[in-house]
Amino acid sequence: MKESSGSSGLRTYVLTRLGLALPTVLILLTVVFLLMRVAPGDPITAALGARLPAKELEKRKKEAGYDKPILQQYGEYLGQVVTLDLGESVTDNRSVTSILAENGTATLELTLAAFTVTLLVGIPLGLLAGRYRDGPWDVGGRLYGIVIYAFPVFFLGFLFQLLASEVGWPTSGRASPIVEFDLNKVTHFYLIDTLIQGDFNAFWDVLQHLFLPALVLGLTISGVLIRLIRVNLLQTMRGDYVEAARARGVSERRVVVNHAFRNAMVPVVTVAGLQFAILLGGAVLTEETFNWPGIGSELVRYLNQRDYVAVQGIVTVFAIAVVAVSLLIDLINAFIDPRVRYR
Amino acid sequence: MSATGDNRERGGGEPILDVRDLRVWYGTGGDPVRAVDGVSFSIGAGETLGLVGESGCGKSTLGRGVIGLLPDAAAVAGSVRYRGRELAGLPVKEMRELRGPELGLIFQEPMTRLDPLQTIEAHFRETLRTHRPDLDDDEVRRRSLETLAGMGIPRTRFGQYPHEFSGGMRQRIMIALALVLEPKVLIADEPTTALDVIVEAQILGILADLRRNFDTAILLITHNLGIVAEACDRVAVMYAGEIAEEGDAREVFAEPAHPYTRELLRSTISLETTGLNYIPGAPPSLIDPPPACRFHPRCPNAMRVCAERHPIEVRTKAGQRVSCWLHGPEEQIPEGGREPLEREELLEAEEA
Amino acid sequence: MRQRRLSRFLGPIRESTGVSRWIFWIGVAIVAFFVILAVFAPLLAPYGFDQVSADGVRFPKQGSPDGTHPFGTTVGNYDVLSRVIWGARTAIEVVVLAVVFSLVIGVPLGLFSGYVGGRADRVLVLIMDALFAFPYILLAIVIAFLLSDKLGQGVVTAAIAITAVYVPQYFRVVRNHVISVREEPYVDAARALGAPRRTIVSRYVLQNVIQSVPALATLNAADAILTLAALGFLGYGIQPTDAAEWGYDLQRAIDDAGAGIWWTGLYPGLAIVLLVTGFTLLGEGLNDVINPLIRARSTAKPEIEEQPGGEGEAAILSMDPPRGGEEPRGP
Repeated sequence: MKESSGSSGLRTYVLTRLGLALPTVLILLTVVFLLMRVAPGDPITAALGARLPAKELEKRKKEAGYDKPILQQYGEYLGQVVTLDLGESVTDNRSVTSILAENGTATLELTLAAFTVTLLVGIPLGLLAGRYRDGPWDVGGRLYGIVIYAFPVFFLGFLFQLLASEVGWPTSGRASPIVEFDLNKVTHFYLIDTLIQGDFNAFWDVLQHLFLPALVLGLTISGVLIRLIRVNLLQTMRGDYVEAARARGVSERRVVVNHAFRNAMVPVVTVAGLQFAILLGGAVLTEETFNWPGIGSELVRYLNQRDYVAVQGIVTVFAIAVVAVSLLIDLINAFIDPRVRYR
Repeated sequence: MSATGDNRERGGGEPILDVRDLRVWYGTGGDPVRAVDGVSFSIGAGETLGLVGESGCGKSTLGRGVIGLLPDAAAVAGSVRYRGRELAGLPVKEMRELRGPELGLIFQEPMTRLDPLQTIEAHFRETLRTHRPDLDDDEVRRRSLETLAGMGIPRTRFGQYPHEFSGGMRQRIMIALALVLEPKVLIADEPTTALDVIVEAQILGILADLRRNFDTAILLITHNLGIVAEACDRVAVMYAGEIAEEGDAREVFAEPAHPYTRELLRSTISLETTGLNYIPGAPPSLIDPPPACRFHPRCPNAMRVCAERHPIEVRTKAGQRVSCWLHGPEEQIPEGGREPLEREELLEAEEA
Repeated sequence: MRQRRLSRFLGPIRESTGVSRWIFWIGVAIVAFFVILAVFAPLLAPYGFDQVSADGVRFPKQGSPDGTHPFGTTVGNYDVLSRVIWGARTAIEVVVLAVVFSLVIGVPLGLFSGYVGGRADRVLVLIMDALFAFPYILLAIVIAFLLSDKLGQGVVTAAIAITAVYVPQYFRVVRNHVISVREEPYVDAARALGAPRRTIVSRYVLQNVIQSVPALATLNAADAILTLAALGFLGYGIQPTDAAEWGYDLQRAIDDAGAGIWWTGLYPGLAIVLLVTGFTLLGEGLNDVINPLIRARSTAKPEIEEQPGGEGEAAILSMDPPRGGEEPRGP
């Protein structure tokens, strides 16, 4: 009985949630499209106007379809998104798909590692701060949370780079040039690729390069997480069910771990999802700081070159990624919190 | 102390729970809140004591104080003896072992008392495992289902989550969670206040069965005099952190000794009610309660002594304990103390 | 009326105790310090923000801190101390503009959406949520980039780009607050009594909602400093010849780190950290003060005085207390 009602509730929830994600994606895509069309000049002129004769420009514009009515262009853009073919960059003729495969994975590797750092630092510190209110952990945790939040990624990166230059730790790129040259890039996740190759020296080299950017990005996000977990725990520790468990003689350790902590983590999952958008934004800055060849630094490069097609493609991917993550987070939530499924 | 001393003898043998001069004060940063201020009572096995009073008179604090479930900011003094064992000052761990299998507590608001992330089964498993680590899974399950069945919760719902139950069902689950450990004393803090009348009757029926079948002592905290009349052997009337009157429920209702009890009874609505009665004024602040008798600013029978001296507990002919100068002791009332309290003095006292 | 509203707001600050109070006042001090730097930058800074020489002598390139340049000089021959001080002016200007823009757009939109409800509300929520979900730095970059052709890369461009990031937040907070206040019994009562919609919105809803705005605005100001610096770092902020901007200076300093040149990045970075911390402490302090749920309560146990009490026994011991309404119970 429990099984059937639970899973059918979950299934309906997943379907409604998917239905809600679609309009969000559509709105984001529309915003992206409109933003790129308010930009001065058409994509071809903006990118190549200074370098090609007018006749050549006209020809290329026609080829790319920029003389068509705007609604038709909008329709074609949506079509591109659906078919996952986001066109080719104007300046260097790379397909957005290959930008994704090469640079997108670099960003993903960085953000996942950074997120791990955030969780490893944020969850324990937040729980300790909330559990021992006004104690040293709480004061220290709150202070850390406020100060680390105030650090721009690139300033923290600058400080770490000062330290790293003293000890000779790598501060730039995904791997040493030789390692990168020799690497057989199967998944484009260097940690995995080096392991596939079975080259542990290369793996260590990649790990060294990943360490600082991931640490810096992860730490800057951890402050928000600490504050959030602390406040939630303070609330659940006062919860009626916590008092009721105490009244049944349940040990304080069990009360805290089983009831207060678990309930405090529910809203945290949701906000952790929102943090992902911030993490992606932070990734752009981290990549610039550490010369990390991710999708964020590519975006900045294409922006500087006024390559609207590439910019539009990359921003579209960012938008879809954010919606996908928030969808994923909601599903995780539904899994953890039985109330969500029945709403 | 003499008056309460022979109460114990009258109850026949040692009471299962005996509370002497209990005080619970809360720290506020300023002056403390004297939520419970020198309360004594006792309950024998199989007996139900009703504790009544207006909201904010310290009833709930008293219930929690007995099982030591108070916030850090609360200071406790006095004595709580359970089967002759002193609970005040007991180490946290030993107190915890008593909570559940010896002293159970049922709360007022059933909607929020169950952990929303855990199934009913998990609640029972945790409770039983805490106190009876010797039981195996099957036995835990068997006992839980049996208790739940007694509360009218079908076994098919054992694996469900709290939000899938109605308020009345959740309260029955909470009671089952308390009863599965078979406590000797059950403190029920307004167990039916949040529920409708039909569910209320069910819950009171369950409590009555409990007393009959398991000889459980019950402290039933409520503001509803009807429930006391229906379900309690004895009743204690609480006012501003103190017990005004205590005695056999029928006697107290038939012939209230304390003016507060009388006014409280008059202000309840029944079929015979022709006009609404209420006690003028509001319950006093527990931070700075009125001097002497705490009820005197609102008391229609207030005498001069009531504003000057704290009343002394006496026993009436009918057997009630009452703290009111109307019942003496005569030798303690100063000369002219029986004069009615004059209006200016009354106002003055109210300001104090 | 004004007076009363002000005291309603300041009252809790005066009453707050302990840590919240400290947090609040430290925040005030830090922010005040930077405001003073911003206002008096021309007097306080030894040189102009784009000055590369004095008395016909060119400043050294990446010169380490010394008597004439206490914070050293940058790769572009600028004086770091002067850039840091002038940077305070830029930061305060942009933040004030951005917060004002966001308030002016976000609060009325939120009020409207929350109070009117219906289809307009749903559409606005969808759009705002979509914007909110978007990586905020990307949004700011793209908007700054688009505006740069028309408005140039100045203070106003940066402020508008930042505004686009924060409008959805104000909208969200105000709208949700309006919806919860709208259902409050006293607002319902006012509606039932026939109060016109305008009165309800301005007197009941706005008055209530406005309380959460100062804390939000302060916390957003902290965030706005970071966004401005991020824009500058990526090259979409303010041009170095227009004004001094800490994020831009840090971007120029990143390559110095490998060479062990610390002063070009350290000082602008510390300025960002300090000002953001100041705004955060101020906002946190306001939050603690306004939101009593989070406020710490006294957890000190009171001392129970041994006094003649409820059961009257001790009252017998203290015979013949003074008369005349005086409390007969001695400590």
